[in-house]
Amino acid sequence: MLNFTLWDILSNLLLAARWTVLLSLIAFVSGGVAGLLLLVARVSPVPPLRIAAKLFIEVFQGTPLLMQLFIVFFALPLIGIETSAWTSAAVALTLFTAAYLAEIWRGCVEAVPKGQWEASASLAMTFPEQMRHVILPQALRIAVPPTVGFSVQVVKGTAVTSIIGFVEVTKAGTMITNATFQPFLVYGLVGLIYFALCYPLSLSAKALERKLNVAR
Amino acid sequence: MAYSFDFSSLLDYTPVLVDGVATTVALTAVSTVLGVALGIGGAAARTSSVKPLAVVVGAYVELIRNTPFLVQLFFIFFGLPSLGIRLAEWQAAVLAMVINLGAYSTEIIRAGIEATPKGQIEAGASLGMTGPQIFRYVVLGPAMAKIWPALTSQIVIVMLGSSVCSQIAAEELSFAANFIQSRNFRPFEVYFLATALYLALAVGLRWIFSLMGQRMFAKGVSRA
Repeated sequence: MLNFTLWDILSNLLLAARWTVLLSLIAFVSGGVAGLLLLVARVSPVPPLRIAAKLFIEVFQGTPLLMQLFIVFFALPLIGIETSAWTSAAVALTLFTAAYLAEIWRGCVEAVPKGQWEASASLAMTFPEQMRHVILPQALRIAVPPTVGFSVQVVKGTAVTSIIGFVEVTKAGTMITNATFQPFLVYGLVGLIYFALCYPLSLSAKALERKLNVAR
Repeated sequence: MAYSFDFSSLLDYTPVLVDGVATTVALTAVSTVLGVALGIGGAAARTSSVKPLAVVVGAYVELIRNTPFLVQLFFIFFGLPSLGIRLAEWQAAVLAMVINLGAYSTEIIRAGIEATPKGQIEAGASLGMTGPQIFRYVVLGPAMAKIWPALTSQIVIVMLGSSVCSQIAAEELSFAANFIQSRNFRPFEVYFLATALYLALAVGLRWIFSLMGQRMFAKGVSRA
């Protein structure tokens, strides 16, 4: 029987962790863009847009990420799109991230005093101009700490993609466990890798929040 | 070729789905009660003047909040047996959910406790109350009232997160969905229905908690 050293296990886990990081980045960036569009729809003066955005957010916040993954994984082929675990994971995580970020940012937009909306409206600004020049720049400031905080949820969310066969650090952990029969060690290391990724993000979210509170 | 949807084939599996929903509800109910209890204890420890206790609880909270639930579950179910701790699927699922919710609710409840005005604690002390009495009768009630919405959201997240317990073969709703699609080869329909059921559970859970909140906290501090 082959023997696996601690370094064999750790190096393979770290290699797989690249895909965790990459998937997190893709989901966070594309989810951020989609979330911004969703946010604009959510606070727009057009009722159908508002309702559609609200429904989207409700559905994605009220259902498990695992089910969202399964549905994307099995539904895209039905409309003729070839899927791999990669694309399904990226699409599902993007939609999931967009829904949560839009809701977080909506809170930030609503924290902008109502007088700002009225003042900019009285300057005959249109809705896009109000958003671009008055509301978003102010909302952005308070949005930074919770957004960084949410990135932790994105990184942790990528673990679930292992279930549809995407090989990131959790899946690699399962595969290595099947070869080494050392689940305690392997899953312990997997947990530590996630911790090493997430804890700095949590800390910086907290630090940003403190800085913001002092500035105010 | 267009795909034709067929939800009727799911009817045969109604008992499986009902069982799955019941198990998800049971898992959530048990881990909510135990997890929130753990959270109250954790928050008390974290805000206590006993430094080592506060540090240990702080480490527990950070460790759990910065690792995925799925990995915690695998560690408990696959990892702990090598220490001689063998758990059934549902026991591992409950334990993981309690530990997870315990960490998050510790942090949430702590925020509520720290928002208690200092004068109230001093008022309690001047009435001759002991520390635990002050915590129980002065601090905890208003703290819970303040953080009730945040706690509700977290419990919904834990309920939704329980879907990954299917991976250790705990027979909850996702497990039922996996089982059915392996029989009738209609994955889209099954998962669509399961997702709708989760959504209904989430909406129902929020509704129950808002009713509970109204009943328990409507009269503000006069309780207890």
